[in-house]
Amino acid sequence: MSLTKDEKATIVEKARIIRKDVLRMVASAESGHPGGSLSCADIMAVLYFHEMRLDPKDPKDPDRDRFVMSKGHASPVLYASLAERGFFPVEELMSFRKIDSRLQGHPSLKALPFVEMSTGSLGQGISAANGMAIAAKMDKRPVRVYVMIGDGEMEEGELWEAAMTAVHRKLDNLVAILDYNGLQIDGSIEEVKSLTGIPGRFRAFGWHVIEINGHDPDAIAAAFDEARTIKGRPCMVIAKTIKGKGVSFMEGEAGWHGKAPKPEQLEQALKELDGGEA
Amino acid sequence: MADMVATRVAYGKALEELGGRYGDIVVMDADLSKSTMTVGFASKYPDRFVQMGIAEQDMMATAAGIATMGKKVFASTFAVFAAGRAYDQVRNSIAYGCLNVKVCATHAGLSVGEDGASHQMLEDIALMRVLPNMSVLCPADATSAGWAVEAAYGHDGPVYVRLGRAPVPVYHPEGTAFSIGGSVPMAKGGDVTIIACGMMLGPALEAVGLLADQGISAGLLDMYSIKPLDEGAVLKAAGSTGAVVTAEEHSVIGGLGGAVCELLSGRLPVPVVRVGVDDVFGESGKPAQLMVKYGLTAADIAGAALRAIGMKRDAIRPQEV
Repeated sequence: MSLTKDEKATIVEKARIIRKDVLRMVASAESGHPGGSLSCADIMAVLYFHEMRLDPKDPKDPDRDRFVMSKGHASPVLYASLAERGFFPVEELMSFRKIDSRLQGHPSLKALPFVEMSTGSLGQGISAANGMAIAAKMDKRPVRVYVMIGDGEMEEGELWEAAMTAVHRKLDNLVAILDYNGLQIDGSIEEVKSLTGIPGRFRAFGWHVIEINGHDPDAIAAAFDEARTIKGRPCMVIAKTIKGKGVSFMEGEAGWHGKAPKPEQLEQALKELDGGEA
Repeated sequence: MADMVATRVAYGKALEELGGRYGDIVVMDADLSKSTMTVGFASKYPDRFVQMGIAEQDMMATAAGIATMGKKVFASTFAVFAAGRAYDQVRNSIAYGCLNVKVCATHAGLSVGEDGASHQMLEDIALMRVLPNMSVLCPADATSAGWAVEAAYGHDGPVYVRLGRAPVPVYHPEGTAFSIGGSVPMAKGGDVTIIACGMMLGPALEAVGLLADQGISAGLLDMYSIKPLDEGAVLKAAGSTGAVVTAEEHSVIGGLGGAVCELLSGRLPVPVVRVGVDDVFGESGKPAQLMVKYGLTAADIAGAALRAIGMKRDAIRPQEV
């Protein structure tokens, strides 16, 4: 089902709000990871406001779809998406990374029950997502599992163990999304560890690979639609994105991986997102 | 004590039995099912067995994901891979979220024998014990191993169960009262208390006899629950005998001996002599040869008991090593 005009407008608006939440949270905490949160904000908006079967009024429905943020440092965009979807009050977002908060620096399922898996140590979330998909198949539940991975995260060996597991177990109820923004803390992923030929790597492992522009809501929604038609193997949506997307001075800058904007930078960024001067 | 049964064999049998009773058990293995003995469950309940191949890190984090779906997951491999190689997955994906994954690790300790130091896990009790939310059980025989599997199933949260490769005598009759946080008194004594776990229960029993031959009355506790520790039993023993020996097939650093010392140093300081492997790696050899070479025999325990009693008499005498 492609997006209607209204649906698309909703998603664009939600992504804009989520981006603003991300920036406010990180600025308020004076720490956190804006770059990789902004890069996948459009995908998160499609997941939480279009694709996934979720009900904030019944958050523990065993048949709900599952989302795992394997790149756990993008916690701000996960929290913002959950709050904007109605799982908890938006005001709580400002407690991010502060003492006694449910919004831990990296997602904790014990601290915040709407988090499906505690993540932060890279490479593990995709395994956990596989586990959810395996269990859903055992119980013949209609659950679909979505897992967001980072491109730098592909340097973790466990990711490739998990890539084998998903194919071996024929997890066609699993969709992995690669937030392919090309940057990691120490620079570009090519400089740090020559991550060339990524689509081919996953195809060689047996995944169904879909390559899209990760900032185009229509393309994102269409990719998830296509994924649902694939039987007998998992889907990898390789979403080409821009790190720091939406904020001129953060876009394509590795330095904004894990740095909080100063008050005046926040003001500038919010203005840009509201359509003001870049 | 006629029967010799490895605790891993008892584990496999218990899994098969529990599998029939509880539909929510999932068992996972990393290409060692014929050694960890999960193979029995695998053939009886193939739909609930997940073969992960040689990928222990992936197995532990996948186990965590399965556990979030309401399953009780038993994940098995050798102790060196379960607690060592996959430590971060056990920490971050399993223990942090307090998920129902029961890490049942076989082939722990020196008694693995010929495979040598790479496979002789001597640090797992220490590694698992320091993780919040994690319980640690180290059964000494088939009876307590069978109980441990059922207890792990019933416990809400992660459990590490340490199992051995080598056959051992059955010390505990069916019907023995075990509990997480409990211990079993094996001998009563007034001069010293030996606190042993796992493979060292046999040598410790023998040491009680050696000491009796010298007119020394030694008590013995089977401390199969290392975390939570049976603090009441340890404090009572320390109070009544004033000298403690710990015995484990593990490094002297951070294991059962460490747990006992941590408790007693703050609550009831008495001399404690730890029997275990010194701060070294093991090597290849017959299990019995290794136990002699690395100081894990009944004679070593009896010697340690004499030292502990000596320190009790003269509190300022430093421990002789």
